[in-house]
Amino acid sequence: MNAFLAQLLNGLDKGGAYALIALGLTLVFGTLGVVNFAHGALFMLGCFMAVTFRYLITIEKVTTDPTQLSPWGQPLEVRAPIVQDWLGDFGLFLVDYSVPFSILLTIPVMLAIGIGMERGLIKHFYKRTHAEQILVTFGLAIVIGEIVKSIYGPNPWPQPIPSDLRSAADIGRWLGMEPNTLTYPWWRMIYLMFSLGVIAAVFAFLRFTTFGMVVRAGMADREAVGLLGINIDKRFTVVFGLAAVVAGVAGAMYTPLLPPNYQIGMDFLVLSFVVVVVGGMGSLPGAVLAGFLLGILQSFASMTEVKSLIPGIDQVIIYLVAVVILLVRPRGLMGRRGVMEG
Amino acid sequence: MFHLSRKDQIKLAIFALVVVTMPIWLAPLGAAYPGLMQKFAIYAIFAIGFNILFGLTGYLSFGHAAFLGVGSYTAVWSFKLLTMDIVPALIFSTLLAGVFALVIGFFSLRRTGIYFSILTLAFAQMCYSLAYSVLTPITNGETGLLLARNDPRVIDEALGAGTVGGAGLPTPALLGNTVSGYFGFYICAALLILAFFISQKIFASPFGLALRGIKSNQTRMIYTGFNIRPYMLAAFVISGMFAGLAGGLLSVTDPIAGAERMRWTESGNIVLMTILGGVGTLIGPVIGAWVIEYFENIFSAINKNMLNAAFDFLPDGVQNLAVTVLSKFVGEGWHLTLGLLFVLIVVFLPGGLVEGYLKLVARFRRGRGTKPEAGGK
Amino acid sequence: MSVTSENAAAGNAANGKNIVLHAADVIKNFGGLRALSDIDLQIEEGKTHAIIGPNGAGKSTLLNVIIGRIAPTSGAVVFDGTVLTGKAPHEINQLGISRVFQTPEIFADLSVLHNVMAPAFARRDGSFRLNMFRTTAREAAIREEAESLLNDFGMWDRRDDHSGALSRGDKRRLELCMCLIQHPRLLLLDEPTAGMSRHDTNTTIELLKKIKLRGMTKVIIEHDMHVVFSLADKISVLAQGRIIASGLPQDIKEDPRVQEAYLGGAAE
Repeated sequence: MNAFLAQLLNGLDKGGAYALIALGLTLVFGTLGVVNFAHGALFMLGCFMAVTFRYLITIEKVTTDPTQLSPWGQPLEVRAPIVQDWLGDFGLFLVDYSVPFSILLTIPVMLAIGIGMERGLIKHFYKRTHAEQILVTFGLAIVIGEIVKSIYGPNPWPQPIPSDLRSAADIGRWLGMEPNTLTYPWWRMIYLMFSLGVIAAVFAFLRFTTFGMVVRAGMADREAVGLLGINIDKRFTVVFGLAAVVAGVAGAMYTPLLPPNYQIGMDFLVLSFVVVVVGGMGSLPGAVLAGFLLGILQSFASMTEVKSLIPGIDQVIIYLVAVVILLVRPRGLMGRRGVMEG
Repeated sequence: MFHLSRKDQIKLAIFALVVVTMPIWLAPLGAAYPGLMQKFAIYAIFAIGFNILFGLTGYLSFGHAAFLGVGSYTAVWSFKLLTMDIVPALIFSTLLAGVFALVIGFFSLRRTGIYFSILTLAFAQMCYSLAYSVLTPITNGETGLLLARNDPRVIDEALGAGTVGGAGLPTPALLGNTVSGYFGFYICAALLILAFFISQKIFASPFGLALRGIKSNQTRMIYTGFNIRPYMLAAFVISGMFAGLAGGLLSVTDPIAGAERMRWTESGNIVLMTILGGVGTLIGPVIGAWVIEYFENIFSAINKNMLNAAFDFLPDGVQNLAVTVLSKFVGEGWHLTLGLLFVLIVVFLPGGLVEGYLKLVARFRRGRGTKPEAGGK
Repeated sequence: MSVTSENAAAGNAANGKNIVLHAADVIKNFGGLRALSDIDLQIEEGKTHAIIGPNGAGKSTLLNVIIGRIAPTSGAVVFDGTVLTGKAPHEINQLGISRVFQTPEIFADLSVLHNVMAPAFARRDGSFRLNMFRTTAREAAIREEAESLLNDFGMWDRRDDHSGALSRGDKRRLELCMCLIQHPRLLLLDEPTAGMSRHDTNTTIELLKKIKLRGMTKVIIEHDMHVVFSLADKISVLAQGRIIASGLPQDIKEDPRVQEAYLGGAAE
């Protein structure tokens, strides 16, 4: 039972990442009708926003302290982050909590990147075939990946968890079990909460704002909304930006769990496409549901007991589920009829 | 059975000539060495096969690397278990890839559009993951499947043929002749010409017409009495067999098979080649494969020193700038160039290089420029 | 269902006239909505049978039931002794039923000639054949038949054109050629003149009369009374999912129920 709960928890935070990526993918597909193979690259860019942010705030200032001498008899060099110099203890705090604070950088930059991408390239592909959309965004994903590689190199960039959050929460004790029988690392829990929060925010935005209402109407019937004289194109640009931001923050916050390199985007993209298809192309709740579901399934499949029963299942479970779902329920768990067929 | 229209005969003759004379016309381009020319031929076969599916029916498979991988593994196993002769190796590669394509196609073709693409991708990724993990006894995991001196090779043993290659590892052979260098290239070239011929036959046949009908209008197809499923499955299996043959040839020219050949990036690569050259045309995929293989070879060999030498005539500051910028696009950064090229092609020239060429020709003889039929050169 | 089909078959034999298609007791519900109720429709061989009715009367639903696109809630459609219900569209076509759509369904990416040749292959080779080692251009018999058909319809000189570039009227004629080359035993026409100018409509009527001379059985769904009365040998009137009258054109014209339900409303 505890092992079961532990795996469930482990699957949830990964599922959160899948759900966030799939959410943006679905939003873009549902509104703009574009199959965006570069969405994983946006997630990856988000990861590197966290890397960049940390890099910037840990730029050090070297001062010499004449009162102390190094073992070689020279004045001791003191290295300290510039932010400490500027902000004192808050600077140190900022460095420690660089990952969550990096969201402040991620949001505006990703919004700009998203809008730029839509205006510069994607909007020319609204009327072209899905195959061409896949191809051009696939090419774009290669370009983004390679640019990141040329700047950051091919190796992963580990990001630290803030020092206060490195331990694990003893969830078992909260539930009245023996201490340390069921623990859940704080950061994973935070990531889960964070992803739920972002999902809730996106849904609330779509449900309760006029903007969101138009977007939802556009997802249901684009032509009709166009006929009402509402300029949806402009709104859809913002939607693309929003999807980019969601993917970006999902990436930035995920860095402590998986050190990013330039390939992380593609790896996640393939999985999130599977998630979107399982959830049902064009269905936002479906994307979220499928994201968590597949995250949990993947986590269960990697239990030793399961692996010894069906060797290799942890490697293929997601694809297997996708194949079965697509064959049994052609439109995914919550898909609408006729989306993307033919 | 072997009939071709006059136009196709001429095309085939020119094509064969171009392929066979590769060592001559590639020499001034600095690419006339056998290893690279073998790759030209092999990837062209792969692309021709992919085009039979994507070009004729419009179904975009993102999982063709699986068949390439199956082909390579099968060939190496044939070398290990049966004989170092390449004929059985290539036959088994093609057939087994065909069987895989039959199974994967049977399921994937229940769906169309992006669902089909995702299903093929999912199947290929499954093959890739399994090849890396549980199937290690068959695939030898990350190391890749290698030949060994003490492999059984029952047929060679029975014939007392011994192994070709003397004291070292045995090498693949055709009827006792070691396959390497130019001989290896000419084997690949012969198969490429054969593949091109088959593709011509399919394009010109009623079967090919039905496949184009599927791409054009499925509703009309079924209300005209065509059963789409077996047509699609046949196209899928044929194109999978081409991929299997290409995979087998990769192992013939270099008997190591690794799982990375099944990775989805390899699938993406073949899509890229086909698009770049011109999807749905006979010659386009071949040109796409050649251009990408050629530039990969050239671009990835360029390094900073060569750039520095090339821009020596510029003032220092400008030289540094030019070298810094350009170095991002060559060597390790070759993929960046490739990605950009790909985006540009899809945006500005969806018909690929062949369409670009036709537009150019049309511009030169404006006036009587009738639109060429799809599928022509 | 088997009982129904036996009845239908028995009906055919007893009737003396040769009934090609018999829709027997067909009912179709969409959710709670009854689209077709108790349809009993017999199509005689060699005749042109028009189905008319106001918008929403269920004409298209009936056609789709016949063609196998929609399964009836109950009842059966029997074509020449074979129950069509549950068969796939391509199987129904292989039995000898071809269909012209309201908006022409053609192969827009192919040449006009290939558009006409492809259906001929489906007729000759069945629903699937791996004939990848034959050459389309060398199929002389089929090619000649396609060219002569195109000639009849005045499209021979456009045979190498991209069919997507044809005008709407030409696309319609092309689609008709594609159906005719299959020598169907039954040709279904769904509003063949919808959206056409008067001139094009008259041309189409002439073309359809030509087919009539060949003795092909046709079912026409049509709005345009001019077309109906120019072509039909027999007319069935559909209103609110029921056949309210069926008979010769003259009888239908004078039937008060029909005038009330349909002609009166359309005569404005």
